[in-house]
Amino acid sequence: MGRFPARSGAPAPLPPTRMTAIEINSVEKSYKGFKALKGVSMNIEEGEFFGLLGPNGAGKTTLISTVAGLIRPDVGSVKIHGHDVVSDFREARKRLGVVPQELVFDPFFTVRETLRLQSGYFGIRNNDAWIDEVMHNLDLTNKANVNMRALSGGMKRRVLVAQALVHKPPVIVLDEPTAGVDVELRQTLWKFISRLNREGHTVVLTTHYLEEAQAMCQRVAMLKLGEVVALDTMSALLRRVSGSQLVVHLKSGDLPDGLRHLVSHDEHDQNNGSGNRYTLRVNDVNEVEPILASLRSSGAVIDEMQLEQADLEDIFLQIVGDKQPGGPQ
Amino acid sequence: MSMFSVGFRTLFYKESLRFWKVATQTIAAPVVTAMLYLLIFGHVLDGRVEMLDGVSYTAFLIPGLVMMSVLQNAFANSSSSLIQSKITGNLVFILLPPLSHAEILSAYVAAAVLRGVVVGFGVFVITAWFAHLSFVAPLWIVVFAFLGAAILGTMGVIAGIWAEKFDQLAAFQNFLIMPATFLAGVFYSIQKLPPFWLAVSHFNPFFYMIDGFRYGFFGKSDVSPWTSLAIVSVFFVVLAAIAINMLKRGYKLRH
Repeated sequence: MGRFPARSGAPAPLPPTRMTAIEINSVEKSYKGFKALKGVSMNIEEGEFFGLLGPNGAGKTTLISTVAGLIRPDVGSVKIHGHDVVSDFREARKRLGVVPQELVFDPFFTVRETLRLQSGYFGIRNNDAWIDEVMHNLDLTNKANVNMRALSGGMKRRVLVAQALVHKPPVIVLDEPTAGVDVELRQTLWKFISRLNREGHTVVLTTHYLEEAQAMCQRVAMLKLGEVVALDTMSALLRRVSGSQLVVHLKSGDLPDGLRHLVSHDEHDQNNGSGNRYTLRVNDVNEVEPILASLRSSGAVIDEMQLEQADLEDIFLQIVGDKQPGGPQ
Repeated sequence: MSMFSVGFRTLFYKESLRFWKVATQTIAAPVVTAMLYLLIFGHVLDGRVEMLDGVSYTAFLIPGLVMMSVLQNAFANSSSSLIQSKITGNLVFILLPPLSHAEILSAYVAAAVLRGVVVGFGVFVITAWFAHLSFVAPLWIVVFAFLGAAILGTMGVIAGIWAEKFDQLAAFQNFLIMPATFLAGVFYSIQKLPPFWLAVSHFNPFFYMIDGFRYGFFGKSDVSPWTSLAIVSVFFVVLAAIAINMLKRGYKLRH
C-alpha cells in the first residue's frame, strides 16, 4: 500500500455552506428478480471527498453506474448539481467525470488521440493545454504518442483517469481506481486527485483498500446487499468503535480480576488456555496508566505492549460483517 | 443540437479515423472483391446477355457493383464499430459524455456514408476501365449513393446496438443485408425475373436504391427514379426513427 500525500491524519473539515453535488433519492434497481439496489438515498455535497464502501456485490458499481447514466433506475432519481441524470442527462453528464472499474480502451488510437477525442465528446476543442497538464500529473507525457494497445495495465488505468478529467468535471467518480495497480500509480493518482479536491472538485471513491478511504475521505457510505448500512463522517465512524486497544504481553503473572472486564470478547476467547497476551479496550490514552499500575501492583511483569487505534477496517467489519460494536460476532 | 456540434464532429472524426487506420481491410479489400466480381461475371456474361437496351452487361454490372460496395461497406462500418465497442467495453466512452441521441446516430451514419462512398468511388475508378459508361443524370448517382449509404449506415447502427455477439451481427449481415442486396438487381434487371419474383422484388427497398443509382448512369431504370427516391427516403426516415428510439430508450446500451 502506498502512502497518501494529501490528507494523512484527520480528514479536513467540510466547508460550511455548499450545494449538493450528487443527490441520490430512493434508487432501486433489479436484475431478473435480484434487487441490486434497495432504495438507496444519500446526498454528496460539493467539494467533499466521499467514500463508497462495501463488499463485492454490495451494489457500489450499480450505484455509480446509475449516477453515470449507464444504468437506469427502476425507481428513484439521481441528480448531478441539480440536473437529473435521465431527463436532463446532457447537463448532468457535463458535470461528471467517471473512471470505470473495467480496464477498457480503444485499440485504434494513441493516448493523445484518445484524450482529444474524449474532450471533443464533451464539446471541448483545442484542449491540448489541459490534456498536457493531465498527462503530466499522471506521468503519461512520455506515452502521449503510444498506441493504447502497447501500454501496460497500469498505464491504461492512468489513461482512464485522464479521460474522466479532460473536461475538468466538478464531480469526479472513481470506481476502484487503484484495483490491481502498483504503488507508484496510487501515489501519483492520489496526489493529483487530492489537488483537484482541494481546488473544489467533488470526489467520490469506491475502493477495497480501506486504508485509502480512511486517509482520503471526509465522509463514507457503506453499502451491503443494496442498502446503505452506514453513512457518516469518517471521524464519527471512527468513534463508533470504542476508542483504542491496548495489547499487553505478560512475561509473568496474570491479569488482575479488576481488569478482566476490559478484555475484548474475541481476544478473551482466543486467550483461553494460553494466558499471557491480552487485548484490552481503552477509551483514551489516559486509561493506560491506571491499567499498567494495576498490573504492576498485581505482580505481573509486562514483556511487550502496544496501543492500537481503531481503524476503518474495524468499523467496516463490524457494520458490514453484522458485528455489533463491542459485542461478539 | 447543432448538426455540426463539436460532439458530432469528434465522433464522426473518430469513426472515420477508425476505418482509415485499417484502410487495407476496410477500403482496399472490398474494391478488390468488387473487381473480381466484374472480371468473372463480366467475362462470362458480356455479349451473352443484355439487361438494358443498348447497354453491355459489363457496363450494366458496374453501377450495381459500385452500389453493392457502397451499401455493404456503409453497413459494415457502423455495425462493426458498435459491436466491437460493446464487446470490448469501450462504448462507455461514448455513453458517458453529453452526446445527444441525434449526434450519436448522425456521426455513426455520416462516417458509414463516408466509407461507403470512398469504397464505391474506388470500385468505380477500378472498374470503369472495363466498359464504356455514360453519366446521363449524375445528380441521381450522387443522391442514391449517399441515401443508400445512409440507410445501410443506419441499419448498421440498429444491428450494432441489437447484436450482443459477433455471430448475431454476422447473421444480420448474411441472412438479411447480403440477400437483400444480391436480390435487388446488382447482377440483373428484375424485369428478367418470373412474375412472382418480380413482384417480390418490389418489396425490397434495396432494389430502389440500386435501380435509382443505375438510372443516373444510363437514364434507364425498372421504375421511375422519383418513385425510387420517395420509397428510399421513407425507408431512411423509418430506420432513423427506429435507431433514435433505441438510443433514447438505451436499448441494450443503458441497462
